[in-house]
Amino acid sequence: MGRFKKETAKGTPKINTASLPDIIFMLLFFFMVTTVMRETTLYVRTQLPSATEIQQLERRSLVSFIYIGPPLQSQVFGTEPRIQLYDSFASVDDIASFIESERQATAEAERPLMTTSLKVDSETRMGIVTDVKQELRMVNALRVNYSTLRGEVAGIR
Amino acid sequence: MARMSPEINAGSMADIAFLLLIFFLVTTTMDVDTGINRMLPPPIDPNAPEPPPVRERNVFVVLVDAQDRLLVEGEPGRIDRLREQAKHFLLNPDNDPSLPVKETVDIDHIGPFEVSRGVISLQNDRGTSYEMYIAVQNELAAAVREIRDDVSREFFGVRFTELRDEELVNSVRRAVPMAISEAEPKDIGGR
Repeated sequence: MGRFKKETAKGTPKINTASLPDIIFMLLFFFMVTTVMRETTLYVRTQLPSATEIQQLERRSLVSFIYIGPPLQSQVFGTEPRIQLYDSFASVDDIASFIESERQATAEAERPLMTTSLKVDSETRMGIVTDVKQELRMVNALRVNYSTLRGEVAGIR
Repeated sequence: MARMSPEINAGSMADIAFLLLIFFLVTTTMDVDTGINRMLPPPIDPNAPEPPPVRERNVFVVLVDAQDRLLVEGEPGRIDRLREQAKHFLLNPDNDPSLPVKETVDIDHIGPFEVSRGVISLQNDRGTSYEMYIAVQNELAAAVREIRDDVSREFFGVRFTELRDEELVNSVRRAVPMAISEAEPKDIGGR
């Protein structure tokens, strides 16, 4: 009887999981360092065009984003390109107050370094973009960044 | 035997870490923001005196219409030739009297240098597609960048983007200014 008992007690050896939290924490820290927080939920499609002469945007805290593109929920909002500021649709007239509120949130010394990043869908017509640019000029937000991906330019082979 | 401190059960530690990990995976994005940097022209003061007219030979006019067609200096152009044309205009290698004048300026670290007074004027229609607009902007920026590369190689032996010294970068910038201006918007072709 004793012999049988001995065999059943053996079983499979337990895997030591003591270092599992360490591994997971390592992954966690990796992701915390390499990624940035999602700031807004996009309601418009912004399939960016690609370009070669691009620079990286630094200091994300000094960048305000303007999204322009056809609404994702086209059954509800139609297909005409719309402007999105923060978390909602906006019109061209809202841009001045948007820039002003972004300025208020920035230290005075850093205001000249503020950049507006235009994330515009590549199929958008320039009309709405021109309106936005004119509005930005009016409020003296002159530094813009046309957001693009890295890649070959359309139309050149 | 001395009393042992009771061991804390760390079995759920992995679960907690997993939870945090998944939270960060969901709420963050990995993309870095890249794009073409531009300065918009300052708003026009209605009381300001008319700016002096720019001489015709100093302006390189690029028009993009609602069908994404190019008109370069009054002639139909192609996007894949735009970069060469813009470079030729800015450099004016043969001192052609119809191409921009060059002004000799004394620049730190470079010395006397013939700075082109040429300006590229980009005008688009409300119906131009954004993709085409970016393509044109990119080609014009590439033309300037290539000239800067050449100047930088000639004087400092490295490409412009590899220049680390801020002073040298500014010298090259002065020698080859990013002279791309955007005209006041006009509605030519409708939507």
